[in-house]
Amino acid sequence: MIDLSFLIAFPALVALLMLLISGQKLRSALVIATAAVLGLASIALLFLNWDKNTVLVNFPFEPATEVMLVIEVLLAIWILYLGVKHRKWLTFFLMFVQAGLLVWFETSYSIHIERGFNLFIDQFSLIMALIIGIIGSLICVYALGYMETYHHHHKEIKDRRKLFFFTLFVFLSAMFGLVFSNNLLWVFFFWEITTICSFVLIGYAKTEEATNNAFLALSMNLLGGVAFIAAIVYLTNLDPNLLHLDTLLASGQAVALVPAVLISFAGITKAALMPFSSWLVGAMVAPTPVSALLHSSTMVKAGVYIIVKFAPILTGTTEGLIIAMVGGITFLLASFMAISQNNAKKVLAYSTIANLGLIVACAGVGTYNLMWVAILLIVFHAIAKSLLFLCVGTVEHRIGSRNIEDMGGLIVRMPKIAIMMFIGMAGMFLAPFGMVISKWAAIEAFITAPFGLIFIAILAFGGSATVFFWSKWMGKIISVMRDQKVVEGTVAKEKWASLYILTGLVVVVCFAFPLISSLLIEPYVLNIYGHTTRLAQANLTIMIMMLCLLMITPLSMLFYRKKPAAIAPPYMAGRPTPTHMSFAGSLGVTREVVLSNYYLPRFFGEERLFMAGTALCWGLLLIAGTLLAGVIL
Amino acid sequence: MIPEYLMPVVTAILYIVLAPLLGGLICGIDRKVTARMQGRVGPPILQPFYDVAKLFEKENPVVTVAQNAYVLSYLVFMAVAGALFFAGNDMLLVIFAFTLSHIFLVLGAYSSYSPYSHVGAERELLQIIAYEPMIILTAVGMYMVTKSFFVSAIATSGIPIIFYLPGVFIGYLMVLTIKLRKSPFDLSTSHHAHQEIVKGVTTDFAGPNLAKIEIAHWYEYVFLLGVIWLFFAWSPLIAIVVIVVAYFVEILIDNTFARVKWQLMLRSSWIIAGMLGLVNLGVLYYLKLVVPS
Repeated sequence: MIDLSFLIAFPALVALLMLLISGQKLRSALVIATAAVLGLASIALLFLNWDKNTVLVNFPFEPATEVMLVIEVLLAIWILYLGVKHRKWLTFFLMFVQAGLLVWFETSYSIHIERGFNLFIDQFSLIMALIIGIIGSLICVYALGYMETYHHHHKEIKDRRKLFFFTLFVFLSAMFGLVFSNNLLWVFFFWEITTICSFVLIGYAKTEEATNNAFLALSMNLLGGVAFIAAIVYLTNLDPNLLHLDTLLASGQAVALVPAVLISFAGITKAALMPFSSWLVGAMVAPTPVSALLHSSTMVKAGVYIIVKFAPILTGTTEGLIIAMVGGITFLLASFMAISQNNAKKVLAYSTIANLGLIVACAGVGTYNLMWVAILLIVFHAIAKSLLFLCVGTVEHRIGSRNIEDMGGLIVRMPKIAIMMFIGMAGMFLAPFGMVISKWAAIEAFITAPFGLIFIAILAFGGSATVFFWSKWMGKIISVMRDQKVVEGTVAKEKWASLYILTGLVVVVCFAFPLISSLLIEPYVLNIYGHTTRLAQANLTIMIMMLCLLMITPLSMLFYRKKPAAIAPPYMAGRPTPTHMSFAGSLGVTREVVLSNYYLPRFFGEERLFMAGTALCWGLLLIAGTLLAGVIL
Repeated sequence: MIPEYLMPVVTAILYIVLAPLLGGLICGIDRKVTARMQGRVGPPILQPFYDVAKLFEKENPVVTVAQNAYVLSYLVFMAVAGALFFAGNDMLLVIFAFTLSHIFLVLGAYSSYSPYSHVGAERELLQIIAYEPMIILTAVGMYMVTKSFFVSAIATSGIPIIFYLPGVFIGYLMVLTIKLRKSPFDLSTSHHAHQEIVKGVTTDFAGPNLAKIEIAHWYEYVFLLGVIWLFFAWSPLIAIVVIVVAYFVEILIDNTFARVKWQLMLRSSWIIAGMLGLVNLGVLYYLKLVVPS
């Protein structure tokens, strides 16, 4: 299987080239070509493997592992140095512990693994590969135009684009490695690479805020890394052959529960669930393509990937239920917090955290139909969220603000982007689109699961909060003031290309999801649990019909356009208002009409909810830790 | 005789044709009863139809052309949601279609730049988040009793659902007040005279657009009362009596309570959904009731 190692190695090679190229034109050409290759290669992978279950691939353990160890040690030394330089002692300490554990482990255990199956591919990693290969690459293409404008707007920030694109492609390479590795040592290596890539990208601007947030992200993820390596040490003590994912997952709950919980903890830090959500919110200081990448196809998806992978081990255990509760609480509170935010990127961040929480809630309970939902959520979320981030990034550059209150009348000022945002948002919460299908399936799946009622309640209340914050944002975009000018103007071609493809994907995947489900997700679930699930055929037909209807109704605009109606001014209680909406106030003062959305900070204020969530989730994690200690001893 | 497999299509078409008539009639009776409660004579029972007919004859002034599309979508998806319900489809699907149609109304209100319709839109959204959890819990409760989300299966289960879900039923009546736009929860727009935000969400709609909103509301009436039917579906006679009584109580509440602030609406409906709905479901869940099938 040349394909798997190709997908891992090729982006890494391109990344090295990126360090050498400084001309914008050459870089553009190379990035676009690489994106095309990665996208096509992952689609080719789909065609080669869609009909197969798990395929283990022989790839020698040595010397690859030694190379990885050297890289890891070098990176650790670099991080330790940075920790001292910036006086981030927590990061220093965690890195020290982790690197110490790793070196001690590698030197004192001479691991002897006879099986050579260090890489693998199954339907789930195929789905992940498609997400990384298509969405990840599109984001890289978008970044070309974005970073050009970014440095144009921010002259004070040093142009380190070589490093930027180097890190982007290393990130993609590491993600491919993560989803294809069967050897836990390798998974851990790629895991660490993604942590450090995100550290570099978040701190790109090198402002004080960026540096602090980068270290926050780093330290939280290192904490997860410590748990991960603890799981590896634990397994090696039992039996080094269990370091292979396939044998570990097949070994049953009694053996695999401890490492599953430890690795899920690592997944929780990486997926930014509640006690650790602050790193993802802080990560929005990075340039927008980075946020898009972190939120959709890489990083947080690595966290949920690994938890979903271990779902069959977690299912039915108290520890699994606790992990699910952490996810559920995160979903509820993050959805509430999103209501109180007017910073577009922060709303998107909280929405991501909420959805990751939901995915983990599904995986933690871990019955077969919930695993189906979890994978579906990963797919739909990745597409819609990347589109939304890229739209917000474009809007920010044109209107100079990421505040939702400044996006009024976007439908007139930037019609194409506004419609794309509209579709992206609809994809996140409206009926025939993806996320609602998943929410619906989740309710039907939780109802038969143990303690499912708790999660249904969480879904009912959290879901309605989702409706609130998305609709008011939609409303802002379409509230039309007169006298507004089109400012869409000079958005770069590469950006348009990425945006168009992503918008298309949001819609196409809604139509194609029965196919994705029956070709990839159902066989995967069937293979693990012995039975699988799907939406009832009747419901599917109705969903597709609704989707078509939804696409027809905007066409009625054509009809209305033809016969111009009487255009009336908005109702202003009879006050005379000129087109720019000002009116004569008392004492002869002219006032502008300013409309603002509801944010309800006293109900859904960030601070209070965050405190509650942190306390609750830490408490739950401590209980899980205590239980685990009981199992080990 | 109609073949079995065509029945859903027939009931859906019947709903689409008859629901506006029934809904308009309910609306007319509502106005009459309300007037009598207030010591007035009140309009003729058919007045709502006259109103809508007249609205259709008027001009269609808009603030932006897009308003037309939003209102049309509101009406279409409201009819779709109800038709899906009466065709016996999945309750959750019906609820999602129902939410979708309301989002269109809200978007229509947002698209005009009037402060009155803007505040109306915000309040309409608050109403949606106030009632949606309870409606989902209602569907879940029916599943727990009948083991199906399909309306057709729930309606023909023959189980007296009300005895298993009394708390859920009270919770549903509570959100019904919000949905029927009855005082004390008629925050976003009201059937009565102008409120402090004039006509709220419908401020900037006139003529045929306003008529369409009214018809959508009639569809909504029939759908919402249909859900009450499900609680009593094992005995149609009782179901009809309960629907009449429930509606009368709603009118009574409408005429005896003053409008509340949104904070109270959100808190009270969430607390009721939590206290009555969730506790009811929790007890059911705990007992794992063996339902005679």
